[in-house]
Amino acid sequence: MSTSFYVGALELTTGAVLVCAVMTLWRRQVRAIVTMLRFQGVALAAVAGVLAWHEHDLGLAITAALVLGVKGVLVPWLLRRVIRLDPRSRETAPLINVPASLVSAAFLIVVSYVVCSKLTALAPSAASRLVPIGVATVLVGYFMLVTRRRSVSQIVGLLLVDNGIALVTFLLTAGVPLIVELGATLDVLLVVVVLQVLVVNAGARHGSIDLDELRELHD
Amino acid sequence: MLALLALVIPLVMGIIALVVPWRRWIGWGSVFSSAGVLGIGIGLCITTSSHGPVSALHGTLRADALSSFMVVVIGTVSLLATLQTPRVLSQEIAEGTTTLRHASYYVVLMQSFITCMLAAVLAANLGVLWVAIEATTIATTFLVSHNRTKKAIEASWKYVILCSVGIALAFLGTVLVYFAALHSGAATPHTASLNWTSLMAIAPHLNHGVMRLAITLLVLGYGTKVGLAPTHSWLADAHSEAPAPVSALMSGVLLTVAFYALLRFKAIADAALGPAFPRALFIVVGLLSLVVAAVLLIDQRDYKRMLAYSSVEHMGLLALGAAAGSSLAIAAVLLHMLGHGLTKSTLFISSGEIAHAEGTTEIAKVKALLARRPVLGALFGCGFLALLGFPPFSLFVSEFTMARAEVNVGLWWVVAISLVCLSVIFVSMTNHARHLLLGGDSSRAAPLVARSVVIPLVTALAVCAFIGVSAWPLLSLLHAAAHVVAP
Repeated sequence: MSTSFYVGALELTTGAVLVCAVMTLWRRQVRAIVTMLRFQGVALAAVAGVLAWHEHDLGLAITAALVLGVKGVLVPWLLRRVIRLDPRSRETAPLINVPASLVSAAFLIVVSYVVCSKLTALAPSAASRLVPIGVATVLVGYFMLVTRRRSVSQIVGLLLVDNGIALVTFLLTAGVPLIVELGATLDVLLVVVVLQVLVVNAGARHGSIDLDELRELHD
Repeated sequence: MLALLALVIPLVMGIIALVVPWRRWIGWGSVFSSAGVLGIGIGLCITTSSHGPVSALHGTLRADALSSFMVVVIGTVSLLATLQTPRVLSQEIAEGTTTLRHASYYVVLMQSFITCMLAAVLAANLGVLWVAIEATTIATTFLVSHNRTKKAIEASWKYVILCSVGIALAFLGTVLVYFAALHSGAATPHTASLNWTSLMAIAPHLNHGVMRLAITLLVLGYGTKVGLAPTHSWLADAHSEAPAPVSALMSGVLLTVAFYALLRFKAIADAALGPAFPRALFIVVGLLSLVVAAVLLIDQRDYKRMLAYSSVEHMGLLALGAAAGSSLAIAAVLLHMLGHGLTKSTLFISSGEIAHAEGTTEIAKVKALLARRPVLGALFGCGFLALLGFPPFSLFVSEFTMARAEVNVGLWWVVAISLVCLSVIFVSMTNHARHLLLGGDSSRAAPLVARSVVIPLVTALAVCAFIGVSAWPLLSLLHAAAHVVAP
């Protein structure tokens, strides 16, 4: 693979991850947000795939397939089930409106470029130059977590954080050792399963989980 | 070999509970599994002190003196917690609050929870350590929501979201450590790994800027799981809603297992950056936790939440002890982990009995326990004295030694601030305890307490008092364990 093609492909796929993250802030329909999350999972797998091809790394290729299976297929499927079971979560209820959210996202992207200057300085390469994009995805995920009030939005925020961290991992170190990657991906899948079961349990017994109503426990 | 066996025992017990329909002996099986883990922990301590670190599964598992000590702590507290299992579950089944299926699930989840904690302390690879600690979150979620009330589901939701998000930061920190290792110049990409031994070998060559960022993320990330401020808010909810033995296990040992991860990473950061930067981080989170605990304990209305905030306080003390970082301080930190595990699980288990008997966890509605329920009241009271740091219990020795070690490295101002917080905590907790325990009330309730509560808890308090006054058998072990992460 020629260098310019490699750099181009890497930039395109990495950029797609961040675009999907910002799109989740833009769309109000949770169904559309889950679609964005699926595209993001595919883009993330593509980043790992491009890197694996470039470095001829079998472990990373396995990781790419794993990411595609878990984050591109299984997790979105689980989230669709949550939406079906919890009708109230079909629309997000943002505390901060959409235009303001998008401006904040732009701000977060600038912040991540500033904080990552040290990291990219240690080992400048085509991949590590893109690390700020991963960090920006993490920050957008945190923003989603604190400004959206429905159960599914919180799961999506959590997954954005996780995808962002996975992206940073791929770009900085071409993936962590395979055993760690396997464990981490499995953990993410299980967390989503656990949250889905909680939504189902709560729905069956006490009506839907609305974060505004999670007020019984406090000090 | 022993290290592998420690993981296999609870795992097999969990599988048995999963496939065999609920019987009372399954509850007793989990007791034997915990006793086995404790026995193996003691065996590991003896082996590692005479032969050095042992490894198993082609080096995936590794036990040094520190891991062995943690296995002993996990074994001790899980033995206390699982001893309650047969009685609590039979009682719940008889009352109709739990089905047979959920009783089995309870044992399965308990055993996988214990397996995950053991995997965390025995992992040679710091990435696998992260995976295991994240897996404890998954295993414990349904234990927290075991009672399936609205509050319990709310607590477990907050617990999963906050802990997963928090610990994601720790993963980022771990990746940065790996990145620093790859570019240290001392290791080629093929030899660089997240293994503890290889990281410690190249620690002085790790890039400073990256390591500063990494240790900050790790302290914030694992700090969430430890229950350190500012991300402590899940702790009181989860600990107050979970069944008492689960709270005992979570507060008594899960928090300290997460703290164990911090101790390992702090040793790497100390070697890479010098002690000043990690020390400052630990002091900030430690003091913040003490202040938060002091403020929230003053007007606490619920005694289970009171115990949960006291855990925040004790984790803050551990962070300050780790900040001092000398081998004396770390030995005291480890002793404090064991002492806190013993007393906090005693208190959670007895408070579970109190809540069951009185039907409420509000401090205002429970009075004169010593007069009305002498045995339970006395157990709770003794545990309380131990928790507040009265001699002869070991928390007195460990708190005192940590303070001394902090003064030795010039942190007298930290000791001064923490003493102010501790006195506020002391006064408010004594006040709550006075209300719960003392007073004359003639309405003497049935003072029946099950033997499976009294015998283990009295033993736990006796052990806590014994290790508070006797240097044998822990002293050499603690020093060996402290030397793993302290110069």
